[in-house]
Amino acid sequence: MKKVLLPIYVITLRDLKKFFRQRSRLIGMIARPLTWLFLIGTGLNQIIRGGLGINYIQFILPGILGMTILFSAMFSSISIVWDREFGFMKEILIAPVPRLSIAFGKIISGMLVSTIQGIIIMLAAPFIGIRFTIFEALLLVVFIMIVSICISAIGVFIASMITSFESFNIIMNFIVMPMFFLSGAMYPINVLPKFMRYLMYLNPLSYGIDSFKHIMFVEFSHFHSDFSMLSDVLLMIIFTIGSTVLAAITFNKRQKE
Amino acid sequence: MNAIEVKELYKTYDGVKAVNGISIEIGYGELFGFLGPNGAGKTTTINILCTLLKPTSGQAYVAGFDVDKESEKIREHIGLVFQETTLDNELTTFENLLFHAYLYGIGRAEATKRIDELLSMIGLENKKDQLVKHLSGGMKRRLELIRGLLHKPRVLFLDEPTIGLDPQTRANVWSFIKNMKEKEGTTIFVTTHYIEEASDFDRIAIIDHGKIIAVGNPYRLLSEMGKATVTFTTDDKTSKEILVKHGMKQIGENEYQIKIDDPDIFLKQILNMSGLKIDNLRIKKPELEELYIALTGSEIRDEYTSQPYVRRGHHG
Repeated sequence: MKKVLLPIYVITLRDLKKFFRQRSRLIGMIARPLTWLFLIGTGLNQIIRGGLGINYIQFILPGILGMTILFSAMFSSISIVWDREFGFMKEILIAPVPRLSIAFGKIISGMLVSTIQGIIIMLAAPFIGIRFTIFEALLLVVFIMIVSICISAIGVFIASMITSFESFNIIMNFIVMPMFFLSGAMYPINVLPKFMRYLMYLNPLSYGIDSFKHIMFVEFSHFHSDFSMLSDVLLMIIFTIGSTVLAAITFNKRQKE
Repeated sequence: MNAIEVKELYKTYDGVKAVNGISIEIGYGELFGFLGPNGAGKTTTINILCTLLKPTSGQAYVAGFDVDKESEKIREHIGLVFQETTLDNELTTFENLLFHAYLYGIGRAEATKRIDELLSMIGLENKKDQLVKHLSGGMKRRLELIRGLLHKPRVLFLDEPTIGLDPQTRANVWSFIKNMKEKEGTTIFVTTHYIEEASDFDRIAIIDHGKIIAVGNPYRLLSEMGKATVTFTTDDKTSKEILVKHGMKQIGENEYQIKIDDPDIFLKQILNMSGLKIDNLRIKKPELEELYIALTGSEIRDEYTSQPYVRRGHHG
């Protein structure tokens, strides 16, 4: 057991240490969602009639929270590719630790890093008029963690598939950005044409953001959420387990030739 | 069982035989050199022995464990310094070492003690809390070397450990490696381009096109290869006559030369004779590089000839 857990701890510790050391990354990761929230949110707030209890800037907060997690967890997982490029991955691979521990370590550190950032963004809620009880806040943190681990596992899965750092841009443009826009972050899912809606159903972030809406807009959630809380939870659990298993298998496979 | 045992090892990449039937046995505590040109199969062999690559066929045992079935066991008992840097630039020297210790299941207290000891042995004690990205290339190399030894491996693999280092650092690195070999009995498997460095290894293997073409003690390999060349320079007429009488060939106006198996004994005989006035005496023994070229038909240091390297003393 120690042999499995210790490496998970070390790999997580390293990533956290580096996360807090790289101030510019930390600031960037927080500045981006806040820019979206206040600049885009405030702008569109003037031309989009929210109605139904909340305005547009409030409507996008769950989506911005999802975006924060998406970018942060993906970025954290992509560090595997970085490590491979700069050789450090070899130092880990040559150590007597199970390959699965390495994959889990990366998933957990991605989860922690994006949970921290998610919580920081969550603190913006009172400033735009969303208030919640302590229970709701804690519930939100739990869901932030679930979404984080899910996206992080997907990130590790993707990172173990790609071989070069050049693929990073492709991932950003063809996976991360579509995942963000097709998640109900900026507009409700039901306003979209059918084929796009199907893409959204395949996107785990849709369920994550939907669960945030349930928690943040308790009274109005039936107007703004797209799925039931139960299906959000179940689908996210399925996605998390699925992507974790996939990540573990691919990671294990790709490191041996 | 030996530290390393390899039987009929093959590795094929896309139809190319990178390792083409290698068999070697390396005993515990041995300093073993793997010499050969680029693409000869040195790194591929190391990667197989370190469980980073699976062989196409054949068997290999490291520290008594099968590379195919017991890779995790092997990884506990080996250290590895790669050709390229594998440090985390964003962490400090100490953090890089501590990370390594944790990966090998060494606790913080024990690790710290060992780290301090190794850092001062290699002369990096005042770089302990510096970010690795601020260290020079030579310092990084030394840091990787002590990291490879941190968990007291039975076998240490060094892939071109002195590549790109200045002569001083290179000498420093070698004396550290030899010191650790004595102190901890570590078996050391080195690949190198710098043939001169291999002259005082316990044994070397010369590899080309994925095959071992010669293996043995470097000095013995050399003496098998051939004779030494002795050149005398004198302008004394009597001496010249004596030299010719002893079978010397005149190669210049005042220069006389002989090719001989055992120059030491021959010289003693000559020097014992009275009336000889020798101005200058030079012995040139065949060097590993010549042996290498004779065996592989190519120049080993092709890319590195411009770099100076330390001349090491020869045996005998």
